[in-house]
Amino acid sequence: MSAQATPDPMPVAPSDALDGIAHAAPAHDFLRRALRHRSFAAGLGICLIITLILVAAPLLAHLNPDAQDPLATFAPPSAAHLMGTDEFGRDMFARVVVGGRTTVLACLGVVVLGGVVGSTIGLIAGFFGGALGFAIMRMVDLLLAFPGILLALAVSAILGPGLVNGVIAIAAILVPVYARLVEGAAVEVRHLPYVDAATTLGASSRWIILRHVLPNVSPGIIVLTTTWLGIAALWIAALGFIGLGVQPPTPEWGAILSDGQNYITIAWWITVFPGMFLALFVVGVNLIGDGLRDELDPTLSRR
Amino acid sequence: MSAAPAEPLLRVEDLHTHFRARGGVVKAVNGISFDLAPGASLGIVGESGSGKSVTSLSIMGLIEPPGQIVAGRVMFRGRDIAGLDERQIRAIRGRHICLVFQDPMTALNPVYTVGTQVIEALRAHQALSAQAALERTVSLLRMVGIPSPERRVHEYPHRMSGGMRQRVMLAMALANEPELLILDEPTTALDVTIQAQILDLVRDLRQRVNTAVLLITHDIGVVQELCEQVVVMYGGRIMETGSVTQVTDEPKHPYTRALLASMPSRVRRGQRLNTIGGAVPNPLHMPPGCPFRPRCPQAHDACATDPGPRDPGDGRMVACWLYEARR
Repeated sequence: MSAQATPDPMPVAPSDALDGIAHAAPAHDFLRRALRHRSFAAGLGICLIITLILVAAPLLAHLNPDAQDPLATFAPPSAAHLMGTDEFGRDMFARVVVGGRTTVLACLGVVVLGGVVGSTIGLIAGFFGGALGFAIMRMVDLLLAFPGILLALAVSAILGPGLVNGVIAIAAILVPVYARLVEGAAVEVRHLPYVDAATTLGASSRWIILRHVLPNVSPGIIVLTTTWLGIAALWIAALGFIGLGVQPPTPEWGAILSDGQNYITIAWWITVFPGMFLALFVVGVNLIGDGLRDELDPTLSRR
Repeated sequence: MSAAPAEPLLRVEDLHTHFRARGGVVKAVNGISFDLAPGASLGIVGESGSGKSVTSLSIMGLIEPPGQIVAGRVMFRGRDIAGLDERQIRAIRGRHICLVFQDPMTALNPVYTVGTQVIEALRAHQALSAQAALERTVSLLRMVGIPSPERRVHEYPHRMSGGMRQRVMLAMALANEPELLILDEPTTALDVTIQAQILDLVRDLRQRVNTAVLLITHDIGVVQELCEQVVVMYGGRIMETGSVTQVTDEPKHPYTRALLASMPSRVRRGQRLNTIGGAVPNPLHMPPGCPFRPRCPQAHDACATDPGPRDPGDGRMVACWLYEARR
């Protein structure tokens, strides 16, 4: 192509040109900086330990959360039952671990579903603006005006109880939250000179949104996601607690807490262990969120 | 203008671009017409608010509500592109007509390498393999005078100076060898020494890739450097058109005279620099007739009505009652 005959001093690797796209800032640099942030490191540690327990425990020992032992009901924590047993003599360790998988996966599902739908709506409204954007954002305002738990209850009352429906119900709370945040950021980015420049070069709207607007908006999305991951865990548990989430006998932290509250005076371990795990998980996720916010959006942390 | 061949590359016909605003309609572009032949160069000169940038955005199909092209045609290669839908105009933007913005510091996305961004411009209109796109990008960067392009292609915009970035912008604009290059104040944001370099580069590139140039500027000196023809705009209208030498040596319209008299380079040392008295009229309340009337030293009663294009006798066009009507 080029007419020059001199050998290139630097060999040009063709794949580099496109690889460079993803590596706006080298990922390991970012991780090193983030790890120096104490609350991020602490949060990451907590979440890794919980994840390790939830993933590894069933691999190391056979855990059956449904196996009943009528001879060992309400057994306190011991070597045989690390976290004791419940009113049916089910092993609480097995229930907390297996139930934790359900809770954590469900709240991940919530933020992914709510985040993707909400961000898409926000990007469309913010980028195109006009009557369409106005209409979308007024609907978002309407949803935001509902108290979140009321919205979730209404949705799960319509869809019926169950884990998947519970995830959808809580994702419905997140959709307007994401849409509002992303719309605001997208409006800001919409008329940056380089976005206009891409338009004049003949790029399509979809391309511009994905290549130029989304990366600009993504720090906000990431921070919002970590914040809401913790809240979603609490809400999944809350739905389980009031019986609209996971149905018995499937274990889930919120549902276990709900069962255990009847026996809290005689068997504290039924509520304390799942409650502790839930609290630790929420704290860990929030600490990660704090760290990420400080690193990704320095303007927010200086208050 | 009469010298233009039968088929101009770009013909703007009686273009009206208006903006709905609180309290009325701003007639940013109010009935302008000009031709641009293939490979030719035309400068549009005017103050802020004269409608020159809106003209370029109208040609590119980038007018967004509350703005609207309310009348007129933009004929590009014999086809009216003012009424095209988004998909059709997109095939023209960046491929046949390119626009280079004023400020190179913000017109590149800081999170992608310059190479990535030039490749994007290429791939928006051509199916190229990654290897071919990269090679083409390196040769484009070399063409716009970026040293060691094999290395700079992998650098981020923040590592480049304003002049370098404007060169990258030119490389992106020329990536698909457009027939028309619109430069909107290409040197305003640059240092004086860099301005001269970029103007030299544009002149050189014009000959190499044979693209027509439409230059939008407030600086008639830049037009003298780069263009053969000039259009002088004021208040959304054309005041005067002609060849650059005609217009600068022998301005006919009182506005053009006043504009030239306020150029520092034309004033002898020690002499007071002229300014044009008054201010650009409120765009919501343009005076009827000639928009320059309130500031014009030679205004008279006839100026309250639109003079229309007039021929001062040497083939150019002047919109002023001081000259005979064109036959």
